Amino acid sequence: MEKLRAVHYINQFFAQIGGEEKADHKPEAREGFVGPGMAFNAEFSGKAEIVGTVICGDSYFNENLEMATKEVLAMIKSFKPDLVIAGPAFNAGRYGMACGTVASAVKKELGIPAITGMYIENPGADSFKKEVYIIETKNSAAGMRDAVKAMVPFALKLAAGEKIGASAEEGYIPNGIRVNFFEKKRGSERAVEMLLAKLSGKPFTTEFPMPDFDRVEPNPAVKDVSKATIALVTSGGIVPKGNPDHIESSSASKYGKYDIDGIFDLTDATYETAHGGYDPVYANQDADRVLPVDILREFEKEGKIGKLHRYYYTTTGNGTAVASAKAFAEKIGKELAADGVDAVILTST
Amino acid sequence: MKLELGNIIIHDIQFGNVSKVEKGIIYINKDELGALLSEDENIKSVSFEIARPGERIRILPVKDVIEPRIKVSGRGGIFPGMMAKVDTVGTGRTNVLKGAAVVTAGKIVGFQEGIIDMSGPGAEYTPFSKLNNLVVICEPVPGLAQHAHEKAVRLAGLKAAAYLGNLGKDIDADEVEIFETPSLKEGILKYPELPRVAYVQMLQTQGLLHDTYVYGVDMKQSLTTILYPTELMDGAVVSGNCVSACDKNTTYHHLNNPVVRDLYAKHGKELNFTGVIITNENVYLADKERSSDWSAKLAELLGVDGVIISQEGFGNPDTDLIMNCKKIEAKGIKTVIITDEYAGRDGASQSLADADASADAVVTGGNANMLIKLPPMEKVIGHIEAADVIAGGFDGSLKSDGSIEVELQVITGATNELGFNRLSAR
Repeated sequence: MEKLRAVHYINQFFAQIGGEEKADHKPEAREGFVGPGMAFNAEFSGKAEIVGTVICGDSYFNENLEMATKEVLAMIKSFKPDLVIAGPAFNAGRYGMACGTVASAVKKELGIPAITGMYIENPGADSFKKEVYIIETKNSAAGMRDAVKAMVPFALKLAAGEKIGASAEEGYIPNGIRVNFFEKKRGSERAVEMLLAKLSGKPFTTEFPMPDFDRVEPNPAVKDVSKATIALVTSGGIVPKGNPDHIESSSASKYGKYDIDGIFDLTDATYETAHGGYDPVYANQDADRVLPVDILREFEKEGKIGKLHRYYYTTTGNGTAVASAKAFAEKIGKELAADGVDAVILTST
Repeated sequence: MKLELGNIIIHDIQFGNVSKVEKGIIYINKDELGALLSEDENIKSVSFEIARPGERIRILPVKDVIEPRIKVSGRGGIFPGMMAKVDTVGTGRTNVLKGAAVVTAGKIVGFQEGIIDMSGPGAEYTPFSKLNNLVVICEPVPGLAQHAHEKAVRLAGLKAAAYLGNLGKDIDADEVEIFETPSLKEGILKYPELPRVAYVQMLQTQGLLHDTYVYGVDMKQSLTTILYPTELMDGAVVSGNCVSACDKNTTYHHLNNPVVRDLYAKHGKELNFTGVIITNENVYLADKERSSDWSAKLAELLGVDGVIISQEGFGNPDTDLIMNCKKIEAKGIKTVIITDEYAGRDGASQSLADADASADAVVTGGNANMLIKLPPMEKVIGHIEAADVIAGGFDGSLKSDGSIEVELQVITGATNELGFNRLSAR
């Protein structure tokens, strides 16, 4: 196999140009490796080679973000790389931001595999962990050896287009994408060990950090329901018998929109549930139990509500990703608003 | 309470003229077992298949997996309140046909059951591909209502397992394991220095194919209560559920609960394992509040320092999980929770339907939405067309060559929340 061409991005400090006083150093390209590039080259052990190094002062980069990115990118491109490595930046904040910016720009604009390395508390880690793979390092350059050892095999894997495993296996900072993998110990044993650590005040790492939840504030009450057009939307999977749009019984990839003009009652001959997550017997006997068309028709007749909207929307909430549910809701919401619906009754199961 | 498990290692199952266990092989007289299961007036016909590790066999839809066991001494019988008379189990000696299982298969409702592949990529995700399985396929009498159908198949599986277990009654065990839990008072006196730990096991109780039975009682009608861990090993808890099969506990899981095993492994050394709190996952908010209040209250009453909480299912039960965790932490008792994730096929979505800052120690069984390709098999036991409509399948899951592309959630036990497997996610 041919040697991969790698380009290394580093700051003025690691290029041994100088410290803070030289942080305004403008982008510069040099042939071959500089500074820590030597260690990378050695670790590549013939599979790749640093053909060029691009250097930029941290202040210059961050103060001239747009221009510096452009300049650095052009220099990187001129080396025709197969792979780009930025840093590692350890806990240096401005360097971290620069490495994150460069690596993600290389990935997005040049379409070339790029990685960087940082200490988990580097502000660049939080800003760029979703954009590029950031290998977790120690908080100072004393961790260079370990960082190189972790970054090189990962970079080669990425450049080769191999499947990237979970963060815990590969050593990158968790990027919000959950990836399955096989642990060495079964879950119950890990749980017992985690509990013993927690009980004795020793450090432990949760396998799933709790997310921040969206809390949706309810809208103000509808002033006059007797004039309102009310729509029904359900995650309870009520569909016309036979599930014509094949909405999945779990992990729905779509929703259905069905006309209920002239329908006064949902019966076991006409409607059913597509939902695989609850006892379907009672919903199949009488789908009004989940989607109360019958009651709303009565209310419509009695003048308790203005009218029932002509279409209802339905999907299965069972195992459906929040991102999918959100996307459905955005489309459904827009249509309902455009159709002049005043209020929605959302039923679940 | 002290229980001895005598494990008889099983290498194979074969059909034969006389039902017996000999040199690690179970021989089954099909006619005899068939006649026994057909005694149920709701079952029209029964057929049997054998599925061994490594064979190119796919079983679907799977309802339950049950390990054959028999009480050799001590009170009661296996599956008390279901197969045996109600009597407190968990003491004496129980023999286990280790390496074998009864798998019940058959369609009950439209789209609700799991897959076991005995070889190929799918086999890596289910523990049951490593067992010698007797597959029991029951056809109901025409017109049988779904709840009655579920019950008939559930009991047929337990009956078949008890029948096989009985064959091991007088066989010498290959290994013996001993599990013992002292009374609260004895435990405190015996291990004054060790942290006291309980296990909070949440049981799925949401209705048809989502139910769990304890000593014959439908758990959704029970308040949160306490068991000795060894009662589980004698079948005190029985599965009645299999929908989104990846994270439902089969009866096999209950008999071999890994949290119980791993807590026992450290019992008397690093911790004092005091007992199991079992609680339900009902659909009504009042039930959720009551049951989680009781979990926290019983944990406090046991005077424990920490608990492990295992979930069963996902979505709606995420709220029960977080309530249990939050309320137990609020008592000053440390928790670790075991769950699984529904992070979308791309892994980028929110994994749980509820969250709380106090749930800071989580073990995960992996992302159940992950897609997996299951190649065609030489033999399919059950109903292959179910692949399109089972939970985790989608329109087009079943390809013309017999392969299926599905979410991991179709595979029985794949993301088990008792921590039975090594699968995880980050």
